[in-house]
Amino acid sequence: MMKFFYASVLVAGLTGLTVTGCSSQGARDESSGSASTGAETSTISTSTTEMSAASASASLPGSRVFYFDFDRSTVKSEGMALADAWAAYLAANPGMKVRVEGHADERGTREYNMALGERRGNAVFQALVSRGASAQQLTVLSFGEERPVTMGHDEGAWSQNRRVEIVQ
Amino acid sequence: MKYKYFILLIIATGAAQASLEITVSGGEVAAQPIAIVPFGRTAADLDFDFSAVISADLARSGQFRPLKPADMLERPVDAAQVDYRNWRALGVDNVVVGQVLRGPNGQRFVRFHLLDVLRGQLRTRYDVPIVDPARVRPVAHQIADMIYEQLTGMAGCFNSQIAYVVVTGALENRRFQIVVADADGFNPVTVATSSEPLLSPVWSPDRQQLAYVGFERGRTAVYVHTLSTGELRKVVAERGLNGAPAWSPDGRALAVTLSYQGNPDIYVIDLASGSRRKITSHFAIDTEAAWSPDGRQIVFTSDRGGQPQIYRVGAEGGEARRVTYEGKQNLRARFSPDGKSLVLVNQSETGYRIGLLNLDTQELRILTDGPLDESPSFAPNGATVIYSQQGTRGATLATVTVDGRIRQRLAQPGGDAREPTWSSIVR
Repeated sequence: MMKFFYASVLVAGLTGLTVTGCSSQGARDESSGSASTGAETSTISTSTTEMSAASASASLPGSRVFYFDFDRSTVKSEGMALADAWAAYLAANPGMKVRVEGHADERGTREYNMALGERRGNAVFQALVSRGASAQQLTVLSFGEERPVTMGHDEGAWSQNRRVEIVQ
Repeated sequence: MKYKYFILLIIATGAAQASLEITVSGGEVAAQPIAIVPFGRTAADLDFDFSAVISADLARSGQFRPLKPADMLERPVDAAQVDYRNWRALGVDNVVVGQVLRGPNGQRFVRFHLLDVLRGQLRTRYDVPIVDPARVRPVAHQIADMIYEQLTGMAGCFNSQIAYVVVTGALENRRFQIVVADADGFNPVTVATSSEPLLSPVWSPDRQQLAYVGFERGRTAVYVHTLSTGELRKVVAERGLNGAPAWSPDGRALAVTLSYQGNPDIYVIDLASGSRRKITSHFAIDTEAAWSPDGRQIVFTSDRGGQPQIYRVGAEGGEARRVTYEGKQNLRARFSPDGKSLVLVNQSETGYRIGLLNLDTQELRILTDGPLDESPSFAPNGATVIYSQQGTRGATLATVTVDGRIRQRLAQPGGDAREPTWSSIVR
């Protein structure tokens, strides 16, 4: 049995198999026509939208990273200002689409952090939509703790890794 | 369909040598002294140290204390050569002697004797064939399993396998691999690679397949990878999270975490029909499902109480009940093979450590020191837990016995090794 198993792995190795052309029965590939996760609960505040529009500028915001507290997904006050700038930029460029990528630090388990990263991404999504960006311009994707920007194991590194990035 | 963002290759690597370190804490009172005498090899022209591999296996179990060859007073290779007085003098309970021989057709085999030192008599004797001279380590593990089973009455699992994730490089150069290796970390073979994260590998109950999570075209997906053919089946790729796969004990279904309905909940997908049913429904995070061995219950991580804790629900759904209370957080539980306890990640003031929760008494025993231990997985016989730890050399795999006494690091050369999962027993 053992030998059979190993032989099988090695045979697979020789075929140099790539995923392209691989069977995908059972896959659910519903088209992504609808907006990103969280869109259904979003509400657009008219007054906020108009204020943002009034101060709208077509210039690219100076930062694309929102930072978070440990195990939290609340957009902080600095993040709110950044959300204003990004919402204005997106509103002024309605053809632009961006990805809202959520990340976590290494503490906690990996799948929990995938969920936490998504929750952070959704929080920024909500902040942008409530300030005048269109949900159609945004998709949310969590990378959990899998893509740290800093490799250290202390709060200095962790605080850099707990983030949402706007990726064009 | 294009797979621009997820290029997956099956690559067979050479047998890199893992190095092993054993840490013993709290004494070895319960460990049986045993001697595995170096096996005779002159008759068979085979350069392989069986006794070293068998001794390392038995030591890692925490239930045996193998004698160093340097401390042995004699080196018999056959039962008839054994002078029991030499072993009684060293306080050894059992002695294993053996040699590699050739049969009438020239085929090599290992003949070994397990001897009871106190009674001065043979316990058992086996001839184990070496089918492929290039693959003798599994034979050594097989012998270790026989000795373990004979002396403990429990099934050995040294001849099982582990799978784990290896990450090399940093930032844009990161490479993620799914690696399959022997239970002692040797003979690692990379079965999948990607420039995007690969995570949460888990063996199917028949150990023919691995389920894991990957990224593809800006989405996550849960895959089932058949190892013998290299076939990769995409089981689910909804909007949002597709993660945390867990096989039902009968192998017919996967519990997964999906968030396409707005927030992460646990779903069970029937692998034959593709039909799915929702097991939890809560606005909090519900993830990291694991099945009880009888298939009737699912435990999962939820932060519905404010902090992540372990909850339990029927496998058909229903009301979820909180299971864990000790420590700040408890995450990613797995049932023991007997269903009586959970191994989980416990967060306290001192960091993240592996804990063992007795479901009857609610006693939580902390097995490791932290500060960043995660991904515990039971050995198939329930005697040992494999997990990953963060240390000065990056993330490495380690095992700990369920009494917390014996820990061993499985060093992985090159890159972080994490998320180990242990296969069922090879029979």
